[in-house]
Amino acid sequence: MKLNVNGRDHDVDAEPDTPLLYVLRDHLELNGAKFGCGLGQCGACTVMVDDEAVFSCLAPILLLDGRRVTTVEGLGSADNPNPLQKAFIDEQAAQCGYCIAGMIMRAQALLKRNPSPSREEIRAALQPNLCRCGTHMRILRAVERAAGRRTAEVTGGAR
Amino acid sequence: MLRRIVPILIVIVVVAGGAAAALAWRPAIDPVRRPAAASFDPALVKRGGELAAIGNCTTCHTAPGGRAFAGGLGVITPFGAIYSTNITPDEQTGIGAWSEDAFRRALRQGVDRAGRHLYPAFPYEHFTLVSDFDIKALYAFLMTREAVAATTPANKLPFPLTLRPLLAGWKLLFLRTGPYRIDGNQNTEWNSGAYLANGLAHCGACHTPRNALGAEGKDRAFAGGDAEGWTAYALDANSPAPMPWNAAALAFYLHNGWQRDHGVARGPMSEVTENLSTVPASDVQAIATYMASVAGSPPDRRRSKKTGNADDRMPGAAIYAAACATCHDAGRPPPYGGIDLALSTGPSGPNARNVSDVILWGLPAQDEQRRPIMPGFAGTLNDRQLADLLAYVRARFSDKPAWTDVDKDIREARAGGSRIYPAPSPPSAPALEEARQ
Repeated sequence: MKLNVNGRDHDVDAEPDTPLLYVLRDHLELNGAKFGCGLGQCGACTVMVDDEAVFSCLAPILLLDGRRVTTVEGLGSADNPNPLQKAFIDEQAAQCGYCIAGMIMRAQALLKRNPSPSREEIRAALQPNLCRCGTHMRILRAVERAAGRRTAEVTGGAR
Repeated sequence: MLRRIVPILIVIVVVAGGAAAALAWRPAIDPVRRPAAASFDPALVKRGGELAAIGNCTTCHTAPGGRAFAGGLGVITPFGAIYSTNITPDEQTGIGAWSEDAFRRALRQGVDRAGRHLYPAFPYEHFTLVSDFDIKALYAFLMTREAVAATTPANKLPFPLTLRPLLAGWKLLFLRTGPYRIDGNQNTEWNSGAYLANGLAHCGACHTPRNALGAEGKDRAFAGGDAEGWTAYALDANSPAPMPWNAAALAFYLHNGWQRDHGVARGPMSEVTENLSTVPASDVQAIATYMASVAGSPPDRRRSKKTGNADDRMPGAAIYAAACATCHDAGRPPPYGGIDLALSTGPSGPNARNVSDVILWGLPAQDEQRRPIMPGFAGTLNDRQLADLLAYVRARFSDKPAWTDVDKDIREARAGGSRIYPAPSPPSAPALEEARQ
């Protein structure tokens, strides 16, 4: 079947009940989205479908005909990160990094519908995504920075 | 002729108006100085806290993200939005200047300290049953809370519903005051449960259907109603639960917010069970005993289990198999696996509303609660796919005919998504977080 990922149509040779996550990683070699729990409980696999955050481990591709899938690779690259990715780098929000692609994609979906979220709104939106290292405070700051709610001066200095 | 009739009409209107005004008039009760917190017996305050949890007071009297009991939540009714009042002991904006007599009158007669009639969104037709002792305990609890200055927003009601004296007429029709009458044919636990369920816990406020004037039909008690866009299932003999409720299952459900043979509380009911998780087991057991008797005593086995009539070629079958079966057919018992949908009340319910809500928005994790969680599928499923899935779930997991008006249920569930996250975060959490930074 056809799958639109990061603005490109792909012909995918996979069963319709295959989770999007497997297609992204195994067929398209887009390894940003991670397998965490496989049950939609950790958020490591989060991508965007149209403009909404979705657990790709629980999204069989049969549901995605005619929809737009965006992964963390679709936002920017290491050389040319998008503003949200740059904010995550500037805040050094990753420790082991396993959750970060999912965090970024859920935060990107939040910023799409609410460009200037409050801290409470960010916390509520990111609630489905877990970080086992405990960099939550940096992740919150990164999203605030990308939303323009936090200037370099405020965040500067050791924490 | 007209000249003679008009004065007569005027006299009639004046007399009737005067009679109505006299009927509607209630005196103010003099303000008091806020009683000192230390003047209340701590044991009474503790019991008052438990009773406030049974009464679910904090749910309506706390705005989302607001301070506990400070009011300001807009309760959406078919007539308009009615804002809950501040029941913290602030003397200006709360009930700090209310004597216990004024508090008792508000609960039993729906009249505030100043003598204004209260709208029945405040369920005084239930609270009228609450005993003197329990009112004393509730008063002690509320008067020892932190005083919060918070002015209640104006209600959004159309004229003439803004005229509170009209409520005297409503009360004449629907409010029956008087204490709880013990049923001598039942034991103490049953009576205690009936007193709580019909009084302070006001279960019927959601689970009993309301008439055109917003009053509960007492002859249809517990026949099922609705609450804030959710369907409150029938709790009487018409309960759609595939496995009949019994007292033990109800007690577990009310205390934990889920029960493996019935389902998971969500929407407004999850606030009820969250509150009930904090009260003595004997109170919950009593409510369960009474409610089980309301449901009748069906045989202790499931009424039906239908899993055969769904067609695997239905478009929803593939969606179910690919997106839902991982948890719901895994055989892991809840809270670690999905509920058995053949036992869950939702697929057998009268409409697709609650199931649509849960599929779209999931069952979010709640702090410090060991209970089933479920991811939401709002971004994954479009409306057509959700409708297909609902049709399949209904056909496979219930013995009832297909739902009608599913598109409307889906539309409303999508629009009301935020209501799945009803529990306000504990008031101390943000401060704690700031302190850690």
